[in-house]
Amino acid sequence: MIRVALLVAGKDLRVELRSRVLLWQVLPFGVIALLLSGLAVGPRASVTRNAAPGLFFVVILLVALLMIGRSHSVESRSGTRSSIKMLGLDPAGVFLGKALALFVTLGAASLVLLGGVVVLMHAPFAATLHALGPIALALGSISAGGTVYGVLVGDAEGQATLLPVVALPPLAGILVAGEKAFAACITGTSLVRWVIFLAVGLIAYLAVGILLYGVAEESA
Amino acid sequence: MKTLFQRALGPFALVTLAATVWLGLWITPPDQRQGELVRLLYIHPALAWVALYVSFGVVVVASALYLWPRTRSMTLDRVVEAGLEVSVIFIGLTLVTGSIWGRPTWGVWWAWDARLTSTAVMGVLELGCIALRRANDDPQTRARRSAVLVLVSAVNVPIIHFSVQWWNTLHQGASVLTPTGKLNVHGSQLWTLLLSFFAFTLVYGWLLRSRYRLESDRSSRHDRQLQRAIAERQSEGSRA
Repeated sequence: MIRVALLVAGKDLRVELRSRVLLWQVLPFGVIALLLSGLAVGPRASVTRNAAPGLFFVVILLVALLMIGRSHSVESRSGTRSSIKMLGLDPAGVFLGKALALFVTLGAASLVLLGGVVVLMHAPFAATLHALGPIALALGSISAGGTVYGVLVGDAEGQATLLPVVALPPLAGILVAGEKAFAACITGTSLVRWVIFLAVGLIAYLAVGILLYGVAEESA
Repeated sequence: MKTLFQRALGPFALVTLAATVWLGLWITPPDQRQGELVRLLYIHPALAWVALYVSFGVVVVASALYLWPRTRSMTLDRVVEAGLEVSVIFIGLTLVTGSIWGRPTWGVWWAWDARLTSTAVMGVLELGCIALRRANDDPQTRARRSAVLVLVSAVNVPIIHFSVQWWNTLHQGASVLTPTGKLNVHGSQLWTLLLSFFAFTLVYGWLLRSRYRLESDRSSRHDRQLQRAIAERQSEGSRA
């Protein structure tokens, strides 16, 4: 399973590296979304600092939707999905590989966006560094959950508009917990329960993905 | 042929609902703290009970049974289809009645409260399941995808249930029983509240059954049309 996961993750990351869609399309979109959010909140530093964790996670979810949609539409177009099915690869490994690749690309996007959050929204640098752990847990949950939702939507009619409707509501809990954990780092309050929540979310999504990805993929 | 239970379900649901209204509006006394506003609580918790636990529970069980190869059948998928739509209606009514209660109590129609927000998210999540079903034409694909999505979404139910304890919230705790199992409500108010739970569960059962029958009729009509089209093509082929 691990071997298949590394194989699939390597394939997805190579596609990303060669196409550079993350660099030239997704990241600029994320930065624009962050700038617009900052404009909407207003120029007061105290307000933007308080809103920064929430806005960061909203932008990350939007970026994740683009990445998930892209990953699955590329596979549907090029017939890769059928080829993977024909190879008889372990579905759990395929799920883990796709989730890992999504996690790596989202992690890269997050680092850039966190820079924006520190510079543009006045989030304290030390607190942002402190929040990297909970943010990584949240990104793991978003990647695992997003991979399952991505394959469920698959090549359905109106895939681009359907994916947000299907994926955003269940990921709202992760958004709230991630925002609370990041905000706790900024205010210096305890973030233990939010970290536990994020860890449980990650384990739940990984378990569901490993168990059900094959069933979902069967119909895709 | 309809069984007696099937015939009686609708009228019985209406009678219990009418009894709830009668007891709730005229027989039970006003509350010491909430006054006449307490009468809304004979509707709202029962609607929430059906919306969040009964109806979504039915959908989750039917989805799990559909995915289990030994119990897989399109009957279960029709239950999921019917259950999702009825559940969305009950979630909508829960939010509306909660909002009507919240305006005089909290001073606002809507608060970004943990339970309100997670219930609204639950409603949108079920709309997402319905949207996914509408986007897939093949019945088997539709059934499998929606069953997986429902099971993944079931993670949300414990979050809603415990949100009142986990987050700081305006919403009151459990209506009937405290977490230690002690009764919160007594006398005629308790009986009316319990009757309302029973009445709305019956209404749910009636609506589910009616929607299931519609879905069943639609499905068999679709099958008949398909058979007719195949027969027409075959006769065209034999003539040629």
